[in-house]
Amino acid sequence: MMSLLDHIQGAAALPEIFLAVAAMALLMFGVFRDKSADIVNIAAIIVLGITVALVLGGAGGRQEAFGGALVIDTFARFMKVLTLFGSAVAIVLSVNFMKAEKIERFEYPILILLATTGMMIMISANGLIALYMGLELQSLALYVVAAIDRDKAKSSEAGLKYFVLGALSSGMLLYGASLIYGFTGHVGFAEIAQSIKAGEPGLGLTFGLVFLIAGLAFKVSAVPFHMWTPDVYEGAPTPVAAFFAAAPKIAAMALFVRAMLAPFPSILPDWQQILVFISIASMLLGAFAAIGQTNIKRLLAYSSIGHMGYALIGLAAGSPEGVKSVVIYMTIYLIMTLGTFACVLAMRRKDGQVENIGDLAGLARTNGLHAFFLAVFMFSLAGIPPLAGFFAKYFIFMAAIKANMITLAVIGVLASVVGAVYYIRIIKLMYFDEPVERFEPMVTEVKAVAVLSGLFVIFFVLFPQPLSALAEAAAASLF
Amino acid sequence: MYQLIVFLPLIGAILAGLLGTNAFRMMGKTIDAGHGHGAHGGGDHDDHGHDDDHAHHAYPTPWAAYLTSGLLVISAVLSWVAFWQFMHEGTPIKVEVLRWVSSGALNADWAFRIDTLTAVMLVVVNTVSSLVHIYSIGYMSHDPHQPRFFAYLSLFTFAMLMLVTSDNLLQMFFGWEGVGLASYLLIGFWYQKPSANAAAIKAFIVNRVGDFGFALGIFAVFVAFGSIELDTIFSQAGAQVGKTMQFLNWQVDALTLMCLLLFMGAMGKSAQFLLHTWLPDAMEGPTPVSALIHAATMVTAGVFLVARMSPLFELAPHAREVVIVVGAVTAFFAATVGLVQNDIKRVIAYSTCSQLGYMFVALGVGAYGVAIFHLFTHAFFKALLFLGSGSVIHAMSGEQDMRKMGGLAPHIRITWVLMLIGTLALTGFPYTAGYFSKDAVIESAFVSHAGAASFAFVLLIIAAFCTSFYSWRLAFMTFNGKPRASQEVMSHVHESPQVMLVPLYLLAIGALLAGIVFAPYFIGHDEVQFWASAIFRGAENKIVEEMHHVPAWVKWSPFVAMVLGFALAYQFYIRRPDLPGKLAEQHWPLYQFLLNKWYFDELYDFIFVNPAKWLGRFLWKRGDGWFIDGFGPDGVSARVVDVTQRVVRLQTGYLFHYAFAMLIGVAALVTWFMFGSVH
Repeated sequence: MMSLLDHIQGAAALPEIFLAVAAMALLMFGVFRDKSADIVNIAAIIVLGITVALVLGGAGGRQEAFGGALVIDTFARFMKVLTLFGSAVAIVLSVNFMKAEKIERFEYPILILLATTGMMIMISANGLIALYMGLELQSLALYVVAAIDRDKAKSSEAGLKYFVLGALSSGMLLYGASLIYGFTGHVGFAEIAQSIKAGEPGLGLTFGLVFLIAGLAFKVSAVPFHMWTPDVYEGAPTPVAAFFAAAPKIAAMALFVRAMLAPFPSILPDWQQILVFISIASMLLGAFAAIGQTNIKRLLAYSSIGHMGYALIGLAAGSPEGVKSVVIYMTIYLIMTLGTFACVLAMRRKDGQVENIGDLAGLARTNGLHAFFLAVFMFSLAGIPPLAGFFAKYFIFMAAIKANMITLAVIGVLASVVGAVYYIRIIKLMYFDEPVERFEPMVTEVKAVAVLSGLFVIFFVLFPQPLSALAEAAAASLF
Repeated sequence: MYQLIVFLPLIGAILAGLLGTNAFRMMGKTIDAGHGHGAHGGGDHDDHGHDDDHAHHAYPTPWAAYLTSGLLVISAVLSWVAFWQFMHEGTPIKVEVLRWVSSGALNADWAFRIDTLTAVMLVVVNTVSSLVHIYSIGYMSHDPHQPRFFAYLSLFTFAMLMLVTSDNLLQMFFGWEGVGLASYLLIGFWYQKPSANAAAIKAFIVNRVGDFGFALGIFAVFVAFGSIELDTIFSQAGAQVGKTMQFLNWQVDALTLMCLLLFMGAMGKSAQFLLHTWLPDAMEGPTPVSALIHAATMVTAGVFLVARMSPLFELAPHAREVVIVVGAVTAFFAATVGLVQNDIKRVIAYSTCSQLGYMFVALGVGAYGVAIFHLFTHAFFKALLFLGSGSVIHAMSGEQDMRKMGGLAPHIRITWVLMLIGTLALTGFPYTAGYFSKDAVIESAFVSHAGAASFAFVLLIIAAFCTSFYSWRLAFMTFNGKPRASQEVMSHVHESPQVMLVPLYLLAIGALLAGIVFAPYFIGHDEVQFWASAIFRGAENKIVEEMHHVPAWVKWSPFVAMVLGFALAYQFYIRRPDLPGKLAEQHWPLYQFLLNKWYFDELYDFIFVNPAKWLGRFLWKRGDGWFIDGFGPDGVSARVVDVTQRVVRLQTGYLFHYAFAMLIGVAALVTWFMFGSVH
């Protein structure tokens, strides 16, 4: 086995290979056994755990696999661990919900495993081919996941919309990739970079770059390629929305970072301006549109659009500090988002799940703990010190200022002020309005996710050093 | 020992303020604001005239009252010990407490400067304060908010002690503002009464004017000396003579400027002419407060300040001329207004104002010791008068209008005797306290070589006449003649309890004996030794020496003025009670002029208050409400909502719209990119 891996130069890709094989094995298991959802869930979580161990246990430094199609460096390892963690938590969050809604299926964890495999390939992609492959593997699984509650029109609609728009964006991305290949003659990032450095970048390459960015922006749901996000978040079952908001965003952002910095470092000013535009548009739209929402999932969708805007500031800076800030931002974002969705999942009454913001009224008096942690997440998402969300934004803005992008930083700060409105409105609802009907008690695993993420968000201020050091090392491996 | 003197009141204030009110609640007495004084609109002390079911409903005295009073008594005893040391050649010392401010050239450590002047002030403050504390146990026994009251009283005492022990101007300013705060809180103690709140605010704002000057004065001192430590300032004061300083585009004499600015602060706190309007209104506070803060201690802070800064004032003769004029005018003005007031406390308030004018005249002519001596004796007899009038008001069920009193002497004999002692001392009856100090002020004004001194001398003699008249008028209207109060009120009249009378006895002893016992030290042959380095007098300033050699007619003139005043009051209010009314009718404009306090409040309303209110309303309604809110927060939030609605409308839910948006987006980016990279 080992020799076979060595033969195809795939030893470094062992985690991905393991994950893919395990997913298929579990599929078989699920197909041939009745009522297997619980076991597959647990097995999937274990598989994700083993994959984390494999990622961390592999050889250090920069490794390449499959003739340089994949690259494994500190950045990739860090982002992979985050992604695997996000996927695992998403499965944890889904268990009870799926049971309650009677849509528990063993395919769900398996689809997540497959999507995660795609994400890992995205994170490690070192060329256009691997990039596209990872992206499609992830997306195909996600389209199905979005429509997992297939008997509900909204869920099916979400899946379909996501699929059609995703196909469109894939087309654009592919078109961009082919233009880049056509004008540089290479598919590997390193070779493309060399080729651009050697010659004058032509207009065709620029075209290709724009289309590539458009495809990637779709995956991180940045404006103006964001339109699917609110509809999918709202339509898909809540745990699915939690998953969408977490792991795929990490992977897509990691891919975005590598796909910009590895092949195109010498034309940084060119793609920088696009990113600046996208980031400003995302921040502003995320802030303004969320104010008008009444559905908490739609609100979180716009919130995630805004947050991607902030993360893109770090990428637009194009510096090691910028990438470091992106890594920190995504880590904190992941934990805040999972915690928030845990709180949203706990919005369950006897007659089913509720999603309206108004249902949170007076929560502080009916369930203090729930309200407290949701308030912590809202404050953190809004970027109020001393919570973790503040430091996420702090590092981003510092990076922007050091890269002399002060206007961008100022707009970011102003957008976060507008954004604070809707976060704080939820807190006001919970703490100052008259209580409505109380929720069912929180399920243990959901409560655990909420409390643990909440504690991280609260106490990050005391121990920022480890994350900062890791992020710095991850960023350094890209330059 | 000095730490104890200063910090015991603070400890009392903190304990009573933080724990007292809580403990009070735990005793099961729900505090209902409706039972407070002001809610009944009954004026000062309203417990008797009401429904019997709660008229005699005394609240149990909380431990806070005993605690603060006890601590104050300890402080007072220690103060007397310290004072006794200084009477027998104590040496000035400095007690370091802690480093406070150190910023660039500015150094201000927290330290006590203990010398004769401080010792005198310690005695005055702590004695009167402890007596007022004890008196209040009785006086406030019907008030549900006693812990708060005693906490404020003790806080005031602490701030006052900070002021008099200060070793630098910043520390003094701290105490200065501290007493201002305590005064504000205590004037507005019955916060249910709108008039009390108004008076508190008025006192605070008028004092701001003076404090502004004081602050500027401190800045000027720092600019000139590079330090605000008193030792540094005093040792280098000589070097500043003749130097000038830039102020508002004028080159002015530095020392004169500093002294005038500092004096402006003193004018505010000591209610001198032009800045006096808050003092009569401050009588809205409980009577013990009036006695402590607005008669004996806080209002004398200005006198203390000038005496403390004597090394500067001594070198600024022009500034001292101003002090003389302001002091003399105040003494005269307040005495004339006092002639016609009908509120018993207001009469005494104007009397206080007038006596402060006397002190400033003494300061202005360079007789600092005389001024402090008058401050010292005045504290005793004025506190006695105030607390005595409190006892009267107590007996009269909260009535303060003298026109509704009369004939009280047989009913409250002890209070009557005590008030007579106070009156004698105030008017300067021979060998009472006032006789020594007030006559010394008048004599020092006579012998002074300052330009305004003779002007001051004349005004002070007239004021002495007025003082005698209004004091006896008060005594006669209150205690003699026929009762003018209703039958019901008269049937309630009773003597105050011992807890209120004992402080009065002690003050009466002071009013009688403080002059004769201490005159040799303060202004007599031991005065040079006594004051030592605490006050500074120039080489040519021999005023205290000269004061003892005035012509006989000068010595007699205050006495004559006093006798005349007494005779006139006797004629008007005992023999011919119809005369005052006729006289008022004959000189109606003059009577109105005096009754309305020279129309100062109306004038200030017209010049300052109404324009300020107009400006405030303009800035509030138009500036803040319309402009800032309209274009600021409200405008922004309205625009945000607009944008939000538009953005939300974009999200139609139609797939082709979404796809269209993506394509438009990519097209726009490509276009921009092409033009962006071509140039």
